[in-house]
Amino acid sequence: MPGITREEVAHLARLARLELKDEELDHFAGQLDDIIGAVARVSEVADQDVPPTSHPLPLTNVMRPDVVRPSLTPEQALSGAPAQEQQRFKVPQILGEE
Amino acid sequence: MADLIKLTAAEIAAKIAAGEVTAVEVTEAHLARIEAVDEKVHAFLHVDREGALAQARAVDAKRERGEKLGPLAGVPLALKDIFTTEGVPTTVGSKILEGWLPPYDATLTKKLKAADVVILGKTNMDEFAMGSSTENSAYGPTGNPWDLTRIPGGSGGGSSAALAAYEAPLAIGTDTGGSIRQPAAVTGTVGVKPTYGAVSRYGMVAFSSSLDQGGPCARTVLDAALLHEVIAGHDELDSTSIDAPVPPVVEAARNGDVKGMRIGVVKEFSGEGYQAGVMQRFNESVELLRELGAEIVEISCPSFDMALAAYYLIAPSECSSNLARFDAMRYGLRVGDDGTRSAEDVTALTREAGFGPEVKRRVMLGTYALSSGYYDAYYGSAQKVRTLITRDFEKAFEQVDVLVSPTTPTTAFPIGERADDPMAMYLADLCTIPTNLAGNAAMSLPCGLAPEDGLPVGLQIIAPAMADDRLYKVGAAVEAAFTARWGHPLLEEAPSL
Repeated sequence: MPGITREEVAHLARLARLELKDEELDHFAGQLDDIIGAVARVSEVADQDVPPTSHPLPLTNVMRPDVVRPSLTPEQALSGAPAQEQQRFKVPQILGEE
Repeated sequence: MADLIKLTAAEIAAKIAAGEVTAVEVTEAHLARIEAVDEKVHAFLHVDREGALAQARAVDAKRERGEKLGPLAGVPLALKDIFTTEGVPTTVGSKILEGWLPPYDATLTKKLKAADVVILGKTNMDEFAMGSSTENSAYGPTGNPWDLTRIPGGSGGGSSAALAAYEAPLAIGTDTGGSIRQPAAVTGTVGVKPTYGAVSRYGMVAFSSSLDQGGPCARTVLDAALLHEVIAGHDELDSTSIDAPVPPVVEAARNGDVKGMRIGVVKEFSGEGYQAGVMQRFNESVELLRELGAEIVEISCPSFDMALAAYYLIAPSECSSNLARFDAMRYGLRVGDDGTRSAEDVTALTREAGFGPEVKRRVMLGTYALSSGYYDAYYGSAQKVRTLITRDFEKAFEQVDVLVSPTTPTTAFPIGERADDPMAMYLADLCTIPTNLAGNAAMSLPCGLAPEDGLPVGLQIIAPAMADDRLYKVGAAVEAAFTARWGHPLLEEAPSL
């Protein structure tokens, strides 16, 4: 199993949308490496003919009739928003200049 | 008035129903206790004084009108800050939700209100329920009422500490890897992780969806059962909610008995890493079960040795996905939105500022385990281990009615002792995790004090899925026998605060 490098942690942080500080990168690299080292033994069972279990219950799609029911009002749904405008969530720019 | 806080939930409900005391008096007594001791304990993140008194007044009015009261009407409760409560702060112990007022109630919150339970406030917890010590709360740690310099367990340390400090007779916790049972064990209280799907997860902030389970915390087995019955049951708003009758847990708690039962001792839950005093109390509990008429069988569950490893891949993987919703767009904190930054940058800056180290660690661990190239080796393999653990349980329950083990390998450790060593911290959940992976039910109840440090030890009872009533039947028998032996409930040996 490969060790986790500082660069790898930086990459993971980008994927996870975490703007980590430099000292955090160093700190987490060591800790993640330790944790991964300790949990890697699960792969010892990987070759066996064992089906994976993703959930303790057999999951089935739960449907209900497509009927309009009372729900949150727009005011309620927006009540926790950091910014709002014209009954909508106001977000920073999503597309770049180009 | 001081006596009111020492009563059990069942006793309080009976006194209110009989008109010997009002719900307002009971609520005021607990609010006064919180005011007197919570500065030291820090079990609560938010005390909803007005809301609690309003609910209590409604119960008293209902009684005066001669209306039928529920079995826990007027009984105060401490609610883990992971369940949404309309108009009351819900932070999950995190800065990212500081100041958020949910516009709706969780199904569990609704059920408590409908049952006329008085919600005193929200209890402290490890951020997003990630932890075994309540040290990861963004709002500071909770102290263990047995020794305030020690951890009260985690992640539901606030809920269990509130019980042990007599700030509330009932509390609610959630158990993803042991977060109800482990705090119960180290605070000398009772905690139950019901069968996965027995209590709705709607409105409970998700950490690891296939493992998370809400459940009751109390000072007695009967109180836990009464609360279990109030919060369990099918919920159409939760697609993983079990659509089947709730097992007769209250009846079981009232008729504790182990005569003729076959009880399995899990061989893998002993040995290295287990504190001597914990093992001593556990072995005495097994002896007690034998004296009470149970047949004791040694059971081997070889895959349990890999449960911790599987858990620390599965839980972070699901958390990295669940916590993606904290994106600074729809609710919660937003940092760095100065008009020049993109939404993506604002999200990253907000998550950096809003999440604590344990949450970041797990989000990154999960991102790693799910990333292309590592998925099969880590997440995929962990799910295979999950299958093996489920099979171990199935085989065990062909031979025995319930399994028993210590709840935790050690008693409460000092605050700060394991803070910089994640793997040492994770060991606290060694005995509780297999049950979350398999989805079955388990309880922790006090079985004495470890001789070397005088701190509580928990006995864990594990039952098959949907056989939650067995936990209460065995638990009530053990509790009655121990209480008779000690001459009083264990908690009375705790130092006064």
